[in-house]
Amino acid sequence: MVRARQAGKILNAKDLGVVACTRCAQVWPLGVTTCDRCGHRVYRRDVKSLQRVWALWLMGLICYVPANLYPMLRTRTLLSVQESTIVGGAIDLIEYGSLGVALIILIASVAIPLGKFMAIAFLAISVTRPSTVSKNQRQLLYEVVEYIGRWSMIDIFVVAILSSLVQLNILVAISPGPASLFFALSVIFTMLSAQAFDSRMIWDAHQWREGQTKDE
Amino acid sequence: MTATAHPNPREDLIVCPKCDAAYALVRPGPGERAVCHRCHTVLITPRRKAGMQIIALSVAILVLIVAAAIFPFLSISVGGAKNTVSVLDAALAFSDGPMIVLSLTTAALIIFIPLTRVLLSLYVLVPIVLDKPPARNAAQAFRFAEALRPWSMAEIFAIGCAVALVKISDLADVGFGPAFWLFVCLVVLFVVQDNFLCRWSVWYALGKPAKS
Repeated sequence: MVRARQAGKILNAKDLGVVACTRCAQVWPLGVTTCDRCGHRVYRRDVKSLQRVWALWLMGLICYVPANLYPMLRTRTLLSVQESTIVGGAIDLIEYGSLGVALIILIASVAIPLGKFMAIAFLAISVTRPSTVSKNQRQLLYEVVEYIGRWSMIDIFVVAILSSLVQLNILVAISPGPASLFFALSVIFTMLSAQAFDSRMIWDAHQWREGQTKDE
Repeated sequence: MTATAHPNPREDLIVCPKCDAAYALVRPGPGERAVCHRCHTVLITPRRKAGMQIIALSVAILVLIVAAAIFPFLSISVGGAKNTVSVLDAALAFSDGPMIVLSLTTAALIIFIPLTRVLLSLYVLVPIVLDKPPARNAAQAFRFAEALRPWSMAEIFAIGCAVALVKISDLADVGFGPAFWLFVCLVVLFVVQDNFLCRWSVWYALGKPAKS
């Protein structure tokens, strides 16, 4: 099945004196700055990318704090107004007996975001110094982070559906709380942070360690 | 294309965009796949007649998106009170004050970005499949469609519906409108279309006329 094969050690494009477009994968000789095929910027390694990763990461983390402190949902019934935060809402669900849904909410809104902050930070640190985690595992971690990050938006969509659907005049009405805005921002910033990370750097860091190849 | 002489691309090589591994290019036959040996990213995965299938899927998706956005999506009733919403209503739930930003973002993520991606892919693929020269700015259009890929969140919205339904099922009676089922089909078609598309082949087709 696999045909793109080369005998012996796999070389980096960087060491072959060529550079590939990260968007359309066209291969260019060194020195080309824009891809002629798709118009995307071509660079060997994005040196400034780590700064962008950290800046967006920090923004995401800052937004994540109010997202957990403020109420996510405001439920108004005939007698009372009840406000619930992300974690509070999940605890309510467990008390009502819907453990499965509570788990989905906890995983999507707490475990995935926190895990993502740690994973991106780990990846960004790991490319600047020798790491004990193998490059394959780190590449896998990066792909998982990129794939799974979007799923945190699920809580925002749940809030959107609930607050548009449950509008029964005086009986019961659900409206979104301020946390939804911060949570959405946090998800968007961490997605951008993960996208800013140049995963090719994972494979460079490995080379510095083994071959002591100098990098400009 | 450009006024200044642009160096020629290295057509004999293929580089993994994820890990920068370089290989001598061997084009796999239909049904075969070229996979990066180092990070296992799929590089090329051509399929016979994929172009026509993707176009058919895209047209189906286009119709479904428009219908799913307009028709009643979910309805709820408690005692005598009843409320019916469409996907657009759900997306525009955050409508007061600064929350309007969130409304627009949600609407974009679940309707407009998927819609844009489908239109762009039709614009790019139809001329290629019909063996005509690529449409004007097709490369930019395809690049934009690819950049939008992570932001197209229809399938996440579908799971969000399931969660929301369970959350209120003991509070009220919930009914599904036609748009709900359209949306379920839509999510399946999105996944199929995404798996059929061989990006390398599209780029290869888009790059050809620039050189000859």
